Formats: sequence, structure tokens, C-alpha cells
Amino acid sequence: MANVASTTASAGSELTARALREAVFAGLISLGLFILFVGLETTQNIRNELVLNQRWGLLATFVVIAMVGRFLMVAYVQPRLAQRKAAKAAAPDVVKEEGFFSRNFSAIAIVALILYPPVVLALTGVQGSLKWVDNFGIQILIYVMLAWGLNIVVGLAGLLDLGYVAFYAVGAYSYALLSSYFGLSFWVLLPVAGLLAACWGVVLGFPVLRLRGDYLAIVTLAFGEIIRLVLINWTEVTKGTFGVSGIAKATLFGIKFDATKTGFAALFGLPMSSAYYKIFLFYLILGLALLTAFVTIRLRRMPIGRAWEALREDEIACRSLGINTVTTKLTAFATGAMFGGFAGSFFAVRQGFVSPESFVFLESAVILAIVVLGGMGSLTGIAIAAAVMIGGTEILRELAFLKLVFGPNFTPELYRMLIFGLAMVVVMVWKPRGFVGSREPTAFLHKRKAVSGSFTKEGHG
Amino acid sequence: MALETNTMTKDPILKVEHLSMRFGGLMAINDFSFEAARGDITALIGPNGAGKTTVFNCITGFYKPTMGMITMKQRSGKEYLLERLPDFEITKTAKVARTFQNIRMFSGLTVLENLLVAQHNKLMQASGYTLLGLFGFPAYRQASGEAIDIARHWLEKASLIDRADDPAGDLPYGAQRRLEIARAMCTGPELLCLDEPAAGLNPRESLALNELLQEIRRDTGTSILLIEHDMSVVMEISDHVVVLEYGQKISDGNPDFVKNDPKVIAAYLGVEDEEVEEVIEQIEEIESEQGGTKQ
Repeated sequence: MANVASTTASAGSELTARALREAVFAGLISLGLFILFVGLETTQNIRNELVLNQRWGLLATFVVIAMVGRFLMVAYVQPRLAQRKAAKAAAPDVVKEEGFFSRNFSAIAIVALILYPPVVLALTGVQGSLKWVDNFGIQILIYVMLAWGLNIVVGLAGLLDLGYVAFYAVGAYSYALLSSYFGLSFWVLLPVAGLLAACWGVVLGFPVLRLRGDYLAIVTLAFGEIIRLVLINWTEVTKGTFGVSGIAKATLFGIKFDATKTGFAALFGLPMSSAYYKIFLFYLILGLALLTAFVTIRLRRMPIGRAWEALREDEIACRSLGINTVTTKLTAFATGAMFGGFAGSFFAVRQGFVSPESFVFLESAVILAIVVLGGMGSLTGIAIAAAVMIGGTEILRELAFLKLVFGPNFTPELYRMLIFGLAMVVVMVWKPRGFVGSREPTAFLHKRKAVSGSFTKEGHG
Repeated sequence: MALETNTMTKDPILKVEHLSMRFGGLMAINDFSFEAARGDITALIGPNGAGKTTVFNCITGFYKPTMGMITMKQRSGKEYLLERLPDFEITKTAKVARTFQNIRMFSGLTVLENLLVAQHNKLMQASGYTLLGLFGFPAYRQASGEAIDIARHWLEKASLIDRADDPAGDLPYGAQRRLEIARAMCTGPELLCLDEPAAGLNPRESLALNELLQEIRRDTGTSILLIEHDMSVVMEISDHVVVLEYGQKISDGNPDFVKNDPKVIAAYLGVEDEEVEEVIEQIEEIESEQGGTKQ
């Protein structure tokens, strides 16, 4: 017994020694790497002279982080992972019964989202809730909806669309322009914006019908830029880069959210606050997003949805089965674009201001990244990815304590894209098919079995 | 030759006349004509590169022929000129279904879903082009139930019923071949075109394939046109064989006739030009002897 104890003890101390050694190496490497990048900074002073700033403290922080990280990795994380792997290999292959939570995930998530504004209101007060409802809730839900819309085109039909933000722009400008020129209400213009965006989806769809893969991606990218450039240059209508401002707010059954006597706050005897309008907008975008999800789920069980997925798997086989691939592709583009248009008009009503700057290529890339990270075709995965990605970047604003570590000039928001990219790499290594890689079949004879991601294709274009 | 004229007088389902297909300077098919009789299994054979698959692609609309006419005559008497129809219409309205030489599955969809995709047009109509189905009208639910029944029927025929809920990409090769045939049958065709259905199958599987094809013909009256290299399949099940070499027809008739046609033997075995005459003479001798003994 004593013998065994002493061997494990010696193994433990050996491991610690190895971890220490590797930590020192990691420290040396990071010192070598960062000494010029971080340790020395060149700036110009007021007389335009080059000044060399020495930042040894910051360099030390970087090196210490690398050393501690490596030590923890070798001493604790790696043995733990190996142990778990061994345990998994030793354990018999039992089919895991899904827990209550994972079985009812969607229902729980929807209930949680409905309860979110009142809970936040109760916890943080009327003014405090603004940030949580608007910056987190609404912002994330807009991206959830956009990604669900793009999912129809990319995830189901397998058509790589890099210009999705164009439809978002069409929706936003449809509402902004039609409401400011003709004074139409949000509820009239919401479907109009969706229809206009769907029309533009068909307009984009026609020329790209024969294109596949990279070529399709390039043309859709160009289409997105064309829409943006038109918005910038058609100054008589769109006011160019100045954008359209003073866009009318949405009303709840004709009740306005303003300080007048017939406004929402006065009517319900509440103190006037913009928080109520934000909460209303939260429920609005939640409803729109759920509509997108509902339609997507329904469409997948329809012949058209199956044809989309079949198109992703093999276009030639589709044609041999009598499926008109032209209309199938166009409906995919139009349906995806329509939801982009809905989201766009919501964006316009939420901001009260639209300008071409909101519809740059980066937005398309972010939406596409969310779809890919979530797992193409999976609504749950995409919602999680949107929450992580968009919520994560919002969280960066809250990390003021990092200033203590990296110095007072450190602004975490600037590292947004860096972290975004890093997260994508990590997720793609860890789960190459996205958070939810498997596919739910739309029909079954005996038993519904999820289709592993290794069988599904990404589509040819 | 008597038998050949016999098939000609039968009601033809597919008539290919003077079909030519040119790819740049290459004449892949040159003035090729044949007829497939209704209810028959017609085989199209020939050495590699003879243009068999090109003929198939012309019939099923994947290529537009340079010249020629392809007429499909349905049971109802309706006639379609296939060279004028877009490819999906050929399956949808002219009722010609096909399979591929290199299997084309929807590998990420389940076996059942593969068969449901094949019934797209029917279901599309039942769902009121998606609009009625989206709002949950009962007509669509009923139609989709019927579609599943048809799929189940063909899964049983292709002995795939146990794997109905597995992804198609997970099936072994032979089962994928059967699934592709079942999927083509789900479109409700009158003419089924199979491009090398027995390629890569072991003897037992190709025997099962023979049975499946004969069952399809017997139970549904579907005519079958197939390209095949496996002579055990061709000679066993086909009623009529057309031989293609270098894009031209070199023989046309029942299996026995074709098997003994010296031109076919020469094409397959690669005989020198001078020797062809010799071979022809030899075969004629043998035939006359056999004819003599039979009489």
C-alpha cells in the first residue's frame, strides 16, 4: 500500500516538475515573441520625433500569463483530459437518455426569453434595464433572426450567400423611406419590406442560378456591395451617407410610446421612460424571430424544404427526379431575403436612423459566421452561436477590470474581431460541423434518428 | 432477324431517330436510331467509351442532342419530344426516370426522405405549392401520408425497410444502388432508365437486382432501358439488346441474336479487320449447322 502511495506521489511531483519546466520554456518563447511587439513601443512625440517607449510591466504580464497558462495546462488540464478519455473508453457504450433540459430545450429557451424583460426590470430597475434589454436582448435577437433567415439559403439550400446584408438593407430602407415619404405605419410596412426584400432576392437569384461555389459567393458579395453603393450614391432619395433619420416609431395597437397623454406610459400610469418602448421592441423582435423559426420548421417538412435540402446534397439528382431547380433556388433566395427584410425594417424602427454604414460586408460575414458556427441547418445551434458571438462582443464592454491587468489604455472592445476570429478557430477545431452538427430528419417510419453531420453536405454553391 | 422485326411492330414507348451528339470535334453519337417496346427490358451495351451514357444523357435531357428526335409515347397515347423538354420536365411530365452510373444519393437525408424527395411534384401540388401546407390544411397531411405509404412499398421491394430511418450515405454500396432504383420508381415513371445498375455488385446482389427489375416490370408495367456491362444481367433479363460502338449502332435484336452477331463479337474481342470476315464465315457455318440440327 505504502509502495503504491509513494509511486503516485513521485508521479505527481514528476508531473509538477515537468509542468514547471514547460512553463519556463513557454515563458522564454513568449518573452522572445513579445519583447519587440509588446516590450517596446515606437511613437511620435509632438515634434515628430520617434520615441521608444519601454513597457516592461506589460511584457511581464504577457509572459506570466503564458507561463501560468502552460503550467495549468500541463499539470491539471492534460491529465484530467487523459483521465476522462480513458474513463470513456473503459465505460460500456450506453445510449445516454436525454435529460429533461436537453429534450425541452426550445420550450425552456422561449419561456426564458419571454420572462427576460420583467426579470431584468425587477432586478435592475427601469433605467438599468435599458442596457440589458436593448444592447443584449434586442441586439442578439436581431442577429438570431438574420442568421435563421440566412440559414434557409446557406444551411438548407446550400447556396453560399455573402451578400445577405443587402436584403437587410432593402428592408431597413423600405421602412425608412416609405414611412418618411408617405407616413405609412410600421405594421403596414413590415410585410411590404419583406416582400420588397423577397423581390430583390429573386432579382439576385436569377443571374446566379447557374453559378456554384466560389463563383456564386463572389457574385452575391458583389450584389451586397451594389446595394450599399446605390444607397450611398442615390442621394436624392436616400440622402447618401447622411442616412435617413427621424424614422417613425412603431405603435402598439395605435398606442404611441411618447410623453403625450395618449402615450403608453401615461395610459398605464407609469413614469415616462424609453425602457418600455425597448421592452416592446424586444417582444416584437422575439415574435419575428419565432415566426422565422416556425416557418423554417414548417417548410422543412414541406416538399419545398425537402427539395432545398436535396438541392444541397445533389443538384443533378434533383433534376433527375423532376424537381425544377430554378424555382427551388429562387424560392430559397426569396424566403431567406424576406426574413432579412423583416429584420431590416425592425432595425430601422429600433434605431430611428439608417445609413449605408450599417450594411457593410462585415455584417454579412458575421451573420454567415453565426450560421456556420451554429451548425448549418440547426436553429438551436444558430441561436446559441448568435448569443455567444453577439452577446460575447457586448460583454467585452463590461470588462473594465482588465484595465488593471493590461494598463489604463486597454480597451477590450477593440479586440472584438480578434476574439471573434479566435472563437471561430476554436469552435471549428473542436466541433467542425458547428455547435449542433447533426440534422433532424423531417419524416420517419420507425424511429426518429438524428443524421450525423458527417453525411450531410455543405452544398456546391 | 425475324424477332427484330417482331419487336419493331410492338407498341414502342421510346423512339430514338437519327440521334447525333457532337462535342466540339468529337462525334460521340452518330446517326443512332432504335426503339424500345412498351413493357420490355431493353439493354444498351457496348465497349467502354461507345457513347452509351451520352445516349442516356440525351434521352433524359442532361445533354441537348446535336441532331435527331427522341419520342416518348405514354400509355395514354400522349407523345413528348424529349429533346425539346428541359431535364426536370422529362421526369415530371414525360415520366422518364433515371439512375446514374456513379450513384447520386442525397447522402445526408434519410432513406425515407430520399424517396419523399422523389415525390416532390405530387406533394407540391397537394400542399398548394407550399401555401396551403404551411397553414396545416388536411389535404397535405393526407397526401404526405400516402407518399410515405408509396415509399414504404418501394422500400419493401428493395428490401431496405429496416434501414428507412438511416442516412442514405450510411448504406452499403449495393443497398445504395437499390435505393436509387426505388427512388426513381417513386417518381411514378413509365420508362425507367438505369445506367449500369449492376456495376460493383457481387453475384448474389446482381441476382437480386435481376429479380427486382423483373418484379418492377411485372407489377407496374414500367418499361426499362438499361446500360450494362454485366452480361449475366443483360442476357438474363433483357428482351431486346442494342449494341453501340464508336457512337454507331452495330447490332439490334434479341439477346441470342446479338450474342452471336460477329460484329458484336469483333467489337468486344477486338478482332483485326481482316479477321472479321473469317469470324463471320465461321459463325455462319455454325449457325447453319445448328439450324439444320434443330429442324
